[in-house]
Amino acid sequence: MAQSAVPGQQAGHRPAPLSIPVRDIVPWAVLAAVLGLVLIYFVGAEQGATSLLSGTWVHEFTHDGRHLLGFPCH
Amino acid sequence: MAADVSAAPRPMTMRSLLVRGMLVGMAGAALALVVAWIYGEPQVGNAIAFEEAHSEHAGHEPEVVSRAVQKSAGLITAVGFYGVAIGGLFAIAFAFAYGRLGSLHGRATAALVGLLGFVAVEGVPFLKYPATPPAVGNPSTIGSRTALYFGMIAIGLATVVAAVIVCRRLAPRLGTWNAVTLSAIGFVLVNAVLFQITPKPDAIPEHFPAETLWDFRIASLGMQAVLWATLGLLFGWLTERSLRK
Repeated sequence: MAQSAVPGQQAGHRPAPLSIPVRDIVPWAVLAAVLGLVLIYFVGAEQGATSLLSGTWVHEFTHDGRHLLGFPCH
Repeated sequence: MAADVSAAPRPMTMRSLLVRGMLVGMAGAALALVVAWIYGEPQVGNAIAFEEAHSEHAGHEPEVVSRAVQKSAGLITAVGFYGVAIGGLFAIAFAFAYGRLGSLHGRATAALVGLLGFVAVEGVPFLKYPATPPAVGNPSTIGSRTALYFGMIAIGLATVVAAVIVCRRLAPRLGTWNAVTLSAIGFVLVNAVLFQITPKPDAIPEHFPAETLWDFRIASLGMQAVLWATLGLLFGWLTERSLRK
């Protein structure tokens, strides 16, 4: 269904949108979800509720962004 | 344009969607930073001034990162990384949604994914656990507040996805309007119940200026609205343009 060729359309009609098969999306989705969550964790929570790195530099450096993006900061 | 009526649309690739998502996320972050500097930072400053005036150990701790760096490089880094991450995840959500939401095309799909993403990731958590400026929130509850905040994002995502799935199932039988209305009502009711049964550990210090709190929260909401609106509208426009080429 997703592979069906699109016939020439009349004026005013556009071809139905062709979806990307789920199996083509899943590997990207897993990668982006993992990397995205790691980034969001470091921006939003590291050295706050939990600390992977010692010290408070990450917390202090991202302080304003953390508050303004809505994460609990301290 | 009208000349290439017979041309089939170029297939969309995950590569182009992801690159576009991350770049548009960066653009959205840049606009959110403008909102942060105009509307947000003055309130962060007010809250810090309150904190220093009301804390007995104010000023004793050495600054690890200066205020100037927090407001500039720190804020740019935090919002920039957040924008790129959200932009990439937006692209994935768009890839799942495109061609699977009735006859919606690229622009409308992107706008809808942007709206639903904003509701799930910002709207639901914000209504229950709104952003807090410095001095608001008890430091001893940071662990539970962080867990509750991320939990509320998960609830927002789960209930939005559930509403979309229910809506798609109902649409053929009830028509699009009725299906959207019913699933939206269901979404609101489920979240209203969850808001009632989740704890509220926020601690607002006595005499904290209500205006600072309100203005800070509106600025925070505004930053997120600008980021998600950029994703929904600019991503859709660029996608539509690439399909029509």
